[in-house]
Amino acid sequence: MSRQAPAVLDAGQRHPVRFTLNGRKAGGEAEPRMLLHDFLRHVLGATGTHVGCEHGICGACTVQIDGAPARACLTLAVQADGAEIRTVEGLALAPDRLSALQEAFRAHHGLQCGFCTPGILMSLDALLRERPDCGEAEIRETLSGHLCRCTGYTPIVKAALAAAEALRVPHHA
Amino acid sequence: MKPARFAYQRAATTEHVLEALHRSGGEARVIAGGQSLVPMLNMRLARPALLVDIMHVAALSHVDDDGARLIIGAGVRQRDLEMRHDTAARQPLLAMALPWLGHVQTRSRGTVCGSIAHADPSAELPLVLTALRGEVHLRSRRRARRLPAEAFFTGMMVTARAEDELIEAVSVPAVRPGTGYAFREISRRHGDFAIAAFAAVADEKELRLAIGGVAETPKARVLPTDQGLDDALDTFAWNLEARDDLHASARYRRELVRRIGREVVLAAIRDREARALKEAT
Ligand code: FES
Ligand code: FES
Repeated sequence: MSRQAPAVLDAGQRHPVRFTLNGRKAGGEAEPRMLLHDFLRHVLGATGTHVGCEHGICGACTVQIDGAPARACLTLAVQADGAEIRTVEGLALAPDRLSALQEAFRAHHGLQCGFCTPGILMSLDALLRERPDCGEAEIRETLSGHLCRCTGYTPIVKAALAAAEALRVPHHA
Repeated sequence: MKPARFAYQRAATTEHVLEALHRSGGEARVIAGGQSLVPMLNMRLARPALLVDIMHVAALSHVDDDGARLIIGAGVRQRDLEMRHDTAARQPLLAMALPWLGHVQTRSRGTVCGSIAHADPSAELPLVLTALRGEVHLRSRRRARRLPAEAFFTGMMVTARAEDELIEAVSVPAVRPGTGYAFREISRRHGDFAIAAFAAVADEKELRLAIGGVAETPKARVLPTDQGLDDALDTFAWNLEARDDLHASARYRRELVRRIGREVVLAAIRDREARALKEAT
């Protein structure tokens, strides 16, 4: 016999959603139709994640779900219940200490308006963790999932290469 | 763009999924990774009353290998299959095509079966399934059945799946000795939908080429290996009834079928020879 059928979360009503956000417990209520980026921004107040196209094309909303870069606009908040979510707010080591990747973006002009940046950072952060010795081709392939209307991508590639290098050879203070 | 309202149920067993589909009278949709369905919801091209989430059904989340076939469960994510150490050894064509699906940011969530269910004419997995003579494993409370890819894809984003059926898995033949494979996609940028995509399988009996992105569904043909190849490709190109769209003209697509189609079948034959050499040593 199958176990009792799980509850149906009614349409048009709010239901509790809980997950880990940047290492801390977070929770709120969402209708089943609420997208993860809206939950992050409007329910949790974590506005670092940006929203562009809302159909998976531009990459602005990219966050990490269970360690892998993913589109928040193609994920329902209720699907993320129980997951580990990481957003751009989780990157800096301290409020006044940027991560190596963020530092490299600053040094190499990897952003102008900054609209695309949080998503790009989350994709590159995952790439550098998974493949510390990645080269330009892999960086460009990862960036193919993002649109940037300002930089022309070249400074972003430079920043990512510099960050990979910095992470391989940690600086001594 | 926000989805219209729907209810949501996180299923724990396959029976829950089948029960929900059975009861809903066509108003329920299965959600797996959501990478094809959620855009449809956001644009309100799909307005189901209930979404049944299958990603917590343990029985659907693995790849089974019975020696002759790889059976890929409905919960298997594209990226997980891409990263499995033995995918390339067990079915090279699958491994060749996976990096071309969307972007790493969508493969991380999207499932293999989800892309099959969506049946976009220019998507890579329906093409690979067609080229390999793969099967779609369907199950409902009424019955279980398997459909060959070519019977499953019935039109542009239309399939033979009944409303109460779940795609439980898809299966493809595992690599066979003496078989070569090739894959190629033509698109404006990596990750864009294909203007035309090609998958070829060459073994001792036949040379089979499948093409996606041109007709309403992926189409496959057995081609001659002799001097008749160019004529056969030309006939194939015309039979696909390509249409002009934003991305390319019908004429351009026909030319791709003739030229890239030829390159891809030759690549599959070379791959076959290279594998035979490796098997011999
Ligand atoms: S807002 Fe998610 S990809 Fe554009
Ligand atoms: S910095 Fe403006 S869109 Fe990328």
